[in-house]
Amino acid sequence: MEERLDQVEGFKKKVPFSQRISHFFSGLYEIQQFIFRFFKEMFTPPYEFKEIVRQCYHIGYRSLAIITLTGFITGIVFTKQSRPSLSEFGATSWLPSLISIAVIRALAPLITALIAAGKIGSNIGAELGSMKVSEQIDAMEVSGTNPFKYLVVTRVLASTCMLPILMLYAAIIGLMGSYLNVHQNEQTSFISFIHDAFVKISFLDVFASVIKSTVYGFTIGVTGCFLGYRASQGTVGVGKAANSTVVISMFLIFIEEMIIVQIVNAMR
Amino acid sequence: MDPVISIRDLSKSFLDNQVLRGVNLELYAGENLVILGRSGSGKSVLIKIVAGLLKPDQGEVKVLGQHIADLNTKDLQTLRQQIGFSFQGSALYDGMSVRENLEFPLVRNQRNLSRKQVTEAVRQVLSDVGLLQTIDQMPSELSGGQKKRIGIARTLILHPEIMLYDEPTGGIDPITCVELNHLINKVQKQYNTSAIIITHDLTCARMTGNRVGMLLDGKISKLGGFEEIFQTNDERIRGFYNYNFIHQP
Repeated sequence: MEERLDQVEGFKKKVPFSQRISHFFSGLYEIQQFIFRFFKEMFTPPYEFKEIVRQCYHIGYRSLAIITLTGFITGIVFTKQSRPSLSEFGATSWLPSLISIAVIRALAPLITALIAAGKIGSNIGAELGSMKVSEQIDAMEVSGTNPFKYLVVTRVLASTCMLPILMLYAAIIGLMGSYLNVHQNEQTSFISFIHDAFVKISFLDVFASVIKSTVYGFTIGVTGCFLGYRASQGTVGVGKAANSTVVISMFLIFIEEMIIVQIVNAMR
Repeated sequence: MDPVISIRDLSKSFLDNQVLRGVNLELYAGENLVILGRSGSGKSVLIKIVAGLLKPDQGEVKVLGQHIADLNTKDLQTLRQQIGFSFQGSALYDGMSVRENLEFPLVRNQRNLSRKQVTEAVRQVLSDVGLLQTIDQMPSELSGGQKKRIGIARTLILHPEIMLYDEPTGGIDPITCVELNHLINKVQKQYNTSAIIITHDLTCARMTGNRVGMLLDGKISKLGGFEEIFQTNDERIRGFYNYNFIHQP
C-alpha cells in the first residue's frame, strides 16, 4: 500500500515551505506577464471585433435569465427581511431608499459578480482548459492565428464590458422585486417608490458600482483565461482550471470589494 | 538541393528529463521522412520545435531557409502558413462544425477571399480527403479516422509546402490506418508536400516513408530506406521491428 501511495502525485514527497513560497511568487509573476500581454495584444491590430461581439452575446445575453431570477429574489427577500426592523421604529417609508442604497451600492455588483464567477468564469476556465489539453490552442497557433488575441483578449474584454451592464440590469430587477413587495404591503405607487428609492442615491454610488463591476469582470475574465490557458494533465486539469477559476475569482472579488469600498468612502 | 527543413544539434529538456540530445536532420523537397521511436522518446517534441510551438534549449532549426529562433511573432505566423501540422488527437475545434473548422485558417489568413471562393476551397479539400458528406457535422459526430482526415484537410486548405504528421495512425483500426497511409501518400503527390511523419507504427513507416529514421536516446540513430535501417545489429532497433511485426522479444 505504501509503495502504491508513493506513486500517487502529492504522496511522493512533501513540498518544502520555501518551495511553496517560491511557487506562489513565480505564479504572481506569470499572472503579471499574462496581464501585460493582454494589454499589449489588446492594442495591437488586427482587432477581433466579431469574436468580441460573439463573446459579449455569450457572456451577457446568456446570463440574463439567471441574473433576472437572482436579482428579483434578492430584491424581494431583502425587502421582506428589512421590514420588521424598520416597522419597529415606524419607518417602513424608508424601505425604498434603504433597499436602493443596499442594492445599488453593494448587492447588485456583488451578486452579479459572484454569479458571473460561477457561470462565466468556470465556463471560460473549462473551455480554454479543454482547448489547451486537446491541443486546439496549438492548432490555432500553427494555422497562423494568434490564439492569445483570439481566445483571451476577446473573453477578457467581453466579461469586462458586460459585467457593468449585467450589474445595472440586476439592480433594476432587484428594485422591481422590492417594489412588488413594498406595493403589496404599503400600497405605494410605482412613481413614489422610484422617487423614494433614488432620492438617496448619488452619481458616485452608481459610478462606483459600475467601476466595481468593471474590475470584477476583468478579474473573472483574466482568472478564467489564465487558469484555462495554462491547464495541463488532461481532463483533471480542465476540472481544476474551472474549479480554481470560481474559487480564486470569488476570493479576489471580496478583496477588491473591500478595497473599493474604502476608496469610495474616502471620496464621499 | 537545399533542404526544406534543416536541424542542427538540437537539444531540449523538460526539468531533469533531456529528451533531445543533439538531433541532426534534413528534410528534402518532395520527400516523406518518417521518424520512428518509442513513446516519450521526444518525437512529438521534435516537430513541435519545427513548428515553433516549443523553443529548443540548444541548436538550430531552419525551415524554408529561415531560422525559426530569429523570427518575430508576425514572421513566424507567416511562415506557419507554409507548414501544415496534423495533431495526434486531431485537435479539431469542438465548438465549430467541419465547415467552420476548415474555413477558420483560410478566412483568417486570406482575408480577400469571397464567400464563394471559401466554400469552394472547403468543398475541394474535403473531397480530396473523401469526407465531403461530413461538411455540416460537428467533430463530436465523427469517428477517430474521420477526425484525423478532417485534421489533415484543415491543414491542406492553406496549401502548405511542409506537412508535419504527429502519430497519424495512432489509436485507429488497421484498415483505417491503411486508408490514412494512402491519404498521406496522396497528399504528397497532389499537393507536392514534403513531410515529417512521427509514428511508432511500422506499417505506416513502410507505406509512407521515402526515408526512415529512428529516434533513440534523444538522437536520430540512423537514416535510410525502411529495410535498410532494420539491417543492423543494434538490439533496440531490431527489437522495435520484432515487436511490431513478429511480436516476440
